[in-house]
Amino acid sequence: MNYLLRGIGVLAAVGTISMLAFSLPASEARGDGGDDLMPRPANKNWQQECSSCHLAYPPSLLPKASWQRLMNGLDQHFGENAGLDPATQADILRFLEANAADNGGSRMGKRVMQRLDAKATPLRITETAWFVRKHDDVPRTAWSRKSVGSAANCAACHRQAEQGVFDDDTVRIPK
Amino acid sequence: MIKRLAWAGLVLLSAHAAADTPASLMARYAQQAGVATSALSPARGEAFYRSEHSGKNGATQSCASCHTANPKQAGQTRVGKRIEPLAPSANPQRFTDAAKVEKWFRRNCMDVLQRECSAQEKGDFVAWLSKGV
Repeated sequence: MNYLLRGIGVLAAVGTISMLAFSLPASEARGDGGDDLMPRPANKNWQQECSSCHLAYPPSLLPKASWQRLMNGLDQHFGENAGLDPATQADILRFLEANAADNGGSRMGKRVMQRLDAKATPLRITETAWFVRKHDDVPRTAWSRKSVGSAANCAACHRQAEQGVFDDDTVRIPK
Repeated sequence: MIKRLAWAGLVLLSAHAAADTPASLMARYAQQAGVATSALSPARGEAFYRSEHSGKNGATQSCASCHTANPKQAGQTRVGKRIEPLAPSANPQRFTDAAKVEKWFRRNCMDVLQRECSAQEKGDFVAWLSKGV
């Protein structure tokens, strides 16, 4: 019994110290957004529900008002029914709002907002001026390739998109 | 003390694990439809899976449009993301969570049929897919 308690105590101490030692520099290195767009801590419902059909798109790519419009129209989500129960829907919306382009304080969000009309509430990330400009060197034919499908399929080219990494050197456009 | 902790863990785990199975879902849908479980028809389920309906944009669609003609194979969402196989023989996770099953019936029936599916249709569907297909 005493050994067990002592064991737990040692584990807890080591765990706390290593968490303190590693978590601070790690989050600093990531900076305020950096090029890693995965919000932390991520929201379980956001991750699970959004990614059952497509990549869980980073919240910092659209403003708050866009996410509100989008989440209030899930029954007709780009031609498909993506309805959720009210509790899950509200939970995901809260997360999206908190990390939205105009709310999360991320560098990425600022870049998106710089090129967005103040009153604009686009529903498609691909329609934002930031996205269009960022992808202007991608040949038009690439988007419609069968291996890509559509511009909504980030992970077709951004091989680490699911981890929130969209750096140029992780891009490979499939043939 | 360790024993007690282990027991507590076990109890938590078993309470957490979804208790649903294809058989329990079939029983539930049969009851909702007011028929015996034995009255569910795998053949009708298969026909339902393959039947084509004219969609909102004029194109015909069926369950197979996204889940492919062979439900043991992986399908693809419209955006190009992989859909794990529907048949429990190829994907044991299927039909083990009633809430999830209901969520997807509601969404996909509205998309493909533009109405909700009946309990009988759902029961036939699970009966076919869980037969081993």
